[in-house]
Amino acid sequence: MIPELGHFALILALLLSGAQAFFGLAGASRGNVAWMRAAVPAVTGQFVFLMLAFGVLAWSFVQFDFSVRYVAMTSNSLLPLFYRISAVWGGHEGSLLLWGLMLATWSVGVAAFSRSMPLPFKSRVLGVLGLVSIGFLMFMLFTSSPFERLVPAAPEGNDLNPLLQDVALALHPPMLYLGYVGFSVAFAFACATLIEGRTDVSWARWARPWTLAAWLFLTVGITLGSWWAYYELGWGGYWFWDPVENASFMPWLAGAALIHSLAVTEKRGLFKTWTLLLAVVAFSLSLLGTFLVRSGVLVSVHAFATDPARGLFILGFLIAVIGGALTLYAWRAPLLKSEAAFELASREAFLLFNNALLVAATGLILLGTLYPLFMDALNLGKISVGPPYFGVAFLIPMVPLLMLLGVGMHAAWKRTRLGHLKRPLLALAIVSAVAGLLVAAFVYGEVHYMGAVGFAVAFWVLSSTLLGVWENRGQLGKAPAGFWGMTVAHFGVGLFALGVTGVESYRIERDISLGVGETTTLQGYQFEFMGTRDVRGPNYRAIEGEVVITRDGKLVKTLHPQKRFYASGGNPMTEAGIHARLNRDLFVALGEDLGAGKWSMRVQYKPLIRYIWLGALLMALGGLVSMTDRRYRARAPATVPATGGLKGRVA
Amino acid sequence: MTPRRKRMLAVAAIVIGVGAATAVALQAMNENIMYFYSPSQISAGEAPAGRAFRLGGLVSAGSVERTPGSIEVRFTVTDNARSIPVSYSGLLPDLFREGQGVIAHGRLDDAGVFKADEVLAKHDENYMPPEVAESLHTPTAAGGAS
Amino acid sequence: MSRYLKFLIPGVLFLILVVFFVIGLQRDPRMIPSPLIGKPAPEFALEDLSDPQRTVGTSDFAGRMYLFNVWGTWCGGCREEHEALLMIASSGVVPIVGLNWKDDRSLAQRWLRQLGNPYETVAFDPEGQVAIDWGVYGAPETFLVAADGTVLAKRIGPMTMDVWQREFLPLISGSGGAS
Repeated sequence: MIPELGHFALILALLLSGAQAFFGLAGASRGNVAWMRAAVPAVTGQFVFLMLAFGVLAWSFVQFDFSVRYVAMTSNSLLPLFYRISAVWGGHEGSLLLWGLMLATWSVGVAAFSRSMPLPFKSRVLGVLGLVSIGFLMFMLFTSSPFERLVPAAPEGNDLNPLLQDVALALHPPMLYLGYVGFSVAFAFACATLIEGRTDVSWARWARPWTLAAWLFLTVGITLGSWWAYYELGWGGYWFWDPVENASFMPWLAGAALIHSLAVTEKRGLFKTWTLLLAVVAFSLSLLGTFLVRSGVLVSVHAFATDPARGLFILGFLIAVIGGALTLYAWRAPLLKSEAAFELASREAFLLFNNALLVAATGLILLGTLYPLFMDALNLGKISVGPPYFGVAFLIPMVPLLMLLGVGMHAAWKRTRLGHLKRPLLALAIVSAVAGLLVAAFVYGEVHYMGAVGFAVAFWVLSSTLLGVWENRGQLGKAPAGFWGMTVAHFGVGLFALGVTGVESYRIERDISLGVGETTTLQGYQFEFMGTRDVRGPNYRAIEGEVVITRDGKLVKTLHPQKRFYASGGNPMTEAGIHARLNRDLFVALGEDLGAGKWSMRVQYKPLIRYIWLGALLMALGGLVSMTDRRYRARAPATVPATGGLKGRVA
Repeated sequence: MTPRRKRMLAVAAIVIGVGAATAVALQAMNENIMYFYSPSQISAGEAPAGRAFRLGGLVSAGSVERTPGSIEVRFTVTDNARSIPVSYSGLLPDLFREGQGVIAHGRLDDAGVFKADEVLAKHDENYMPPEVAESLHTPTAAGGAS
Repeated sequence: MSRYLKFLIPGVLFLILVVFFVIGLQRDPRMIPSPLIGKPAPEFALEDLSDPQRTVGTSDFAGRMYLFNVWGTWCGGCREEHEALLMIASSGVVPIVGLNWKDDRSLAQRWLRQLGNPYETVAFDPEGQVAIDWGVYGAPETFLVAADGTVLAKRIGPMTMDVWQREFLPLISGSGGAS
């Protein structure tokens, strides 16, 4: 009976989302206050019922209820409790339920924390969120209900994919979905603004903390996924430009652009229509990602089970949501004029460049991701676009972006005025360039072209960010949270650039065959293979290798890479042995028994790789700090005048 | 300059910049497109010489050869009509098996051997080779790849 | 005029994307054309799943059209398609011949007892040799074999009623092979 309860809760949630959409939108357009007020309990009820449905599904997993098809497909009786819970979103149906729950969570958040908004605007926002929710719940109920029964019940479950039995990956989807779905809030704000034809820009101030929140969750989610891929897939790569990864990265880039463009709209009333479009695009890319992953239109190494019927449904949903929003945009946006002028080197101009470059990167990645689909549809052959393309397509906009970032941070609104910062900035630029060259030449012993440029750009961003702090040293206590958020996030960008440069330019990877007692040397580290032994885990057994790493005769670390065989499925999994330090990772993955007492092994030296994740987490932290800025809490005036005496201005 | 002209200038700079970036990226795309060929197509001479492409098919049963202790491995990939010999030096993916689907990235050498620089095993949740999913019903008997 | 046109650009770009998505959805990216299609089905003779003394083989179906379904109890997709196979079997359009692939005899027999048996006969292929002859990558896979022994169609992945009606039934009525 319990699973049917979950199904019933889903149906009630669908009805309530219908009520939310109707009362929210119709109430606002007819000026009916009672209707508008009714949208809030509808949201709350929907949230409660989705929580209930989610709880029911989790309960079925905890109780090993293999009469539920989804439970039988994604867990088994040997699975530890933690992974039984995370298995709730380990497959298609459950992750959709999580999506729906997240959407309801964000909607409840908007309903609760939007006292500063006029009632009609708020109810339109809730109405739009309700429309999105209807689509999702219908998709779940009609094509992929997680509560479907299996008759007769399976005696034993099929197990959660061993790849997914990992802490980072258990947390990766909830974070990612919080991010994806979070952009629906900015989307709903944009739609409500377009419906009302609002010419003022207060919506930008209201939407900004929500956008920051969504973006920071997405950042954390992507970071977890990348970290997981690094140590779990056994290849030592942190990013593969796989369609599924791109699907999460494109909304991230668009979201980053949106955060910056919202700042311009909020502070200066510029880029109004552009910002609205970006808000629509960021969420559209999130939905597009879902479509690409779920429909099987593109195949990827970690795609979920795909089904054309589901694909057709999501496509219909995409057309309704994105098509609807873009139509609304084409119809209403021309009415919103923003003709304030600005100077070529003002902060607005820098943020415009920022937006152009971020959107260019998004577009090029989108092009590469969809290119195989275009070619196939036009019968030009089955192709794939290799990762080197994405490397180039990402770097071309990013290098100038980071160069401009160092100056743009210090630029003033409205006019060209770097003032007394001109000289220090110029000095920093020269020092960074020289330092980049020197680090490449002397620390890594090779002036790799992209290596030197990458280090120089990273140093430039880091030092320029610190200059901003130095400039305000007398009044740091008074600096608003927005300033600190920007500083932390930009420092994170610098660290990220440092990490990517180190890994991409100076990593060493070697696939070798080693016998017991044999050694191989990588960048001064000696790896000695000591042999293998059998070990057992709760639901797997493994062959564990022992590799002793020494440097100049001194022990650095003994690593134990494993090859695991899960009880439920015969395919082995590689667990790499990693020794992590801030300046480098040493990575050993065990391959297979080659005979003659030898094993194949992948040995890697990855300089600075930790900075990639550290930088990304700092970006997320920066977003979190910015969210706490006072001006998002109080009823602030529509346009904040040029920020008081603070010299590094807040974007 | 009037503010309007400055704005036009900024927009022009962006258009030129983005245009140049796109041109470079498209060039990179052109170099990194990898076509997919089956063994039959390769046998028919359709695959490009001296250019990387992807080869897909089944690893022929009994074809995997390795000198004991060496990381070099040779096998043939077949679509049950034609077979192509493949050589690879490196770690094979966990799902690699004889009789299993694989996709290899690499190029053909003069002798008609496909030199792979990457080998991927195909993996799909709803559709799997027996080794991927050992018996559902016998967790006690499980615990190893055959 | 151009003021208004530029706001239409995003919508138009999206429309173009949609067109490609619609085309893309019609294609199955898993689809690797089987070289077997249009060729004679590989011959085999194996033990019967329910009775090791009996032999099942292509010769039993000479002159008849049949569906050849590769399955195993270890395969999640097989459980998923089972319902569809039962419906196809009960429609009586064509008999279904099973190939129980790399499986355990008693487990497979229990599976058929519990879930219902859509197969006219099931060949037992624990070594997987016949599956290799047929070019089977994984399970489930389903082949349609004509009365003259040529392979007409192949489905990779779970069979669904939709695929059955769209891709298989037209071929069957087209060749008048219903028995």
